[in-house]
Amino acid sequence: MKTAMKSISRAVPLAAIAAIGFSLFSGMPAKAAEGEVAPIDLQWSFEGVFGTYDRDALRRGYKVYKEVCAVCHSMQFVHFRNLGEPGGPEFSEGQVKALAAEITVEDGPDANGDMFERPGEGKDPFPSPYPNPEAAAASLGAAPPDLSLLAKSRAGGVDYLYSVLVGYEEAPEDFELTTGYYNKYFPGHMIAMPPPLSDGQVDYEDGTPNTVEQMSRDVSHFMMWAAEPKLEQRHRMGFQVLIYLVLLSGILYFAMRKVWADQH
Amino acid sequence: MSGESTYTPANGFTRWLDARLPILRLVNDSFVDYPTPKNLNYWWTFGAILSLCLAVQIVTGIVLAMHYVPTTELAFASVEHIMRDVNYGWLIRYVHANGASMFFIAVYIHMFRGLYYGSYKAPREVLWILGVLIYLLMMATAFFGYVLPWGQMSFWGATVITNLFGAIPVVGEALRTWLWGGFSVGDPTLNRFFSLHYLFPFLIAGVVVLHVWALHVTGQGNPAGIEVKDPKKDTVPFTPYATIKDGFGMVLFLILFAYFVFYNPNGLGEPDNYEIANPLKTPAHIVPEWYLLPFYAILRAVPDKLGGVILMFGAIAILFVLPWLDTSKVRSARFRPLYKQFFWIFVAVCLGLGYCGGQTPDKILIHVGDGGFDVTDLSRILTIYYFAHFIVLLPVLGLVEKPKPLPASIADSVLPGTRQDQATS
Repeated sequence: MKTAMKSISRAVPLAAIAAIGFSLFSGMPAKAAEGEVAPIDLQWSFEGVFGTYDRDALRRGYKVYKEVCAVCHSMQFVHFRNLGEPGGPEFSEGQVKALAAEITVEDGPDANGDMFERPGEGKDPFPSPYPNPEAAAASLGAAPPDLSLLAKSRAGGVDYLYSVLVGYEEAPEDFELTTGYYNKYFPGHMIAMPPPLSDGQVDYEDGTPNTVEQMSRDVSHFMMWAAEPKLEQRHRMGFQVLIYLVLLSGILYFAMRKVWADQH
Repeated sequence: MSGESTYTPANGFTRWLDARLPILRLVNDSFVDYPTPKNLNYWWTFGAILSLCLAVQIVTGIVLAMHYVPTTELAFASVEHIMRDVNYGWLIRYVHANGASMFFIAVYIHMFRGLYYGSYKAPREVLWILGVLIYLLMMATAFFGYVLPWGQMSFWGATVITNLFGAIPVVGEALRTWLWGGFSVGDPTLNRFFSLHYLFPFLIAGVVVLHVWALHVTGQGNPAGIEVKDPKKDTVPFTPYATIKDGFGMVLFLILFAYFVFYNPNGLGEPDNYEIANPLKTPAHIVPEWYLLPFYAILRAVPDKLGGVILMFGAIAILFVLPWLDTSKVRSARFRPLYKQFFWIFVAVCLGLGYCGGQTPDKILIHVGDGGFDVTDLSRILTIYYFAHFIVLLPVLGLVEKPKPLPASIADSVLPGTRQDQATS
């Protein structure tokens, strides 16, 4: 018994060393360079072991994306059908069809070899405002990034997205703004994107106040879902897996003690 | 230690098979009756954990390859297809991506275990060398694999590493072009990296077989660092004693693994790799995955590019000759009071190099006036210490150190009250 307890107490520092090693390496790859301000740390419903998306926030966020962001940005890896899938905004089948049908898609060739236009369907990706990044750059000065994965491809993640959206302010007097706009949270502070949101810009049907902060929060929430659409499934399965593993480790531990009993 | 086979076929079929292909005898002698020192601690479960890691990587990798497209045009999109549309594709990819990190954490613990307990000393030199070879193959495999998603770090990491070969005098440029299959990292590079990424795990599996074979010839080392004298008193059969203990260790390890896969799947990766590769846009900081950071720090510590490449590969190459650099006859650090301290300093130096590899080289750590002591300075000191540990300390320590008395036998070393290092192990 004593020996068994001793052996388990030796497994603990092992896990601790592993954890320290990880935090040492993963936590701080060179990110806090000059001109970078730590993003605002917000609470999100999808954080934590049981975290899920807020359906209403996702639906409002989709509206903000569609009416504001999509004018310049693509979101090429998200399809209309995803809007109706579990773990997302969960629009009804009819709503998804209606939303998709708002766009026109070039399809074909048909039996005569001609291209034709048809209303959008669930299988279609969200439309891109420009045919290619070059066209976007030619029109806007710089190609706006695709939004599908932005919540995962930027250090600071979804907090960073929110911070940039609310981070427009007057440039400090000693700051030389040579191009674009001053943004407190954007690396280097000079961002090409004009402030995209203003109070009251998008009509919210559910009565939520449509302030810049609220719209920024909702659209960031939506972009997190766009980047990680299986998050709810992952959290659910993870909990089951951990329960299983903890129980199994308990069974194995007592089995091991029984096996080794004659040796101590 | 492998000794005589104790296998007796139980029935007609196994007798028939044993006379033709004694595979059940092999399994029995290797994993059932195999005599295992009875004083092994949990650091010895990492061999089994590593086998599990290799199996997980191969199985998930084969499934991923069914959906992945190795062209620069489609690679990134095919990974997103796996994440979004393939049934449980997100799970398989997150297991594979985090599995690589888990594999390395396990291999580092396994290697430091070997360093602490002197597992590389006679007669286990070949066993150790095969292990270092596996580690080298793992790093190559991980590097190839990291290029495949074709994100920004994939592309720029591949560019930085392949450019290192350009530093080789005379043939460097030609060699680099040959590796690329063109004049920059592009389609041919991605395609061959995919091919090699699929090949190398099977090379690893082959060397693992040799590693286990060598292990079963010499027998396992043990925390006391003394050989088995009386198998009856000093050893227990592998099954059930070691199998159940390894199983318990594996499940504890899987809990850590599952935490990362389900609750922090991108915590060990670089955010930039979720941005598609763009040869016209260099990321602000190009950093490799965490498990290669110490070597990256050594590379950057040297002002001369070729010198950096030589030292970086030298840092691994020196492990191959380690058995002949350590002059001490005593294996286990338990009985080597001086070596034990230097071992922990060495661990700290490796972690410090890892830290340096993740920082910008000109980041100032201690401000003095306008300048100060920066990451490059620290990397240089740590790099010198890393090599000095092998070239100066290990040969000298064995000569000047006065080891503690060794226990008479393994059985003695596990009896309560006779262990020398109760307080420190």
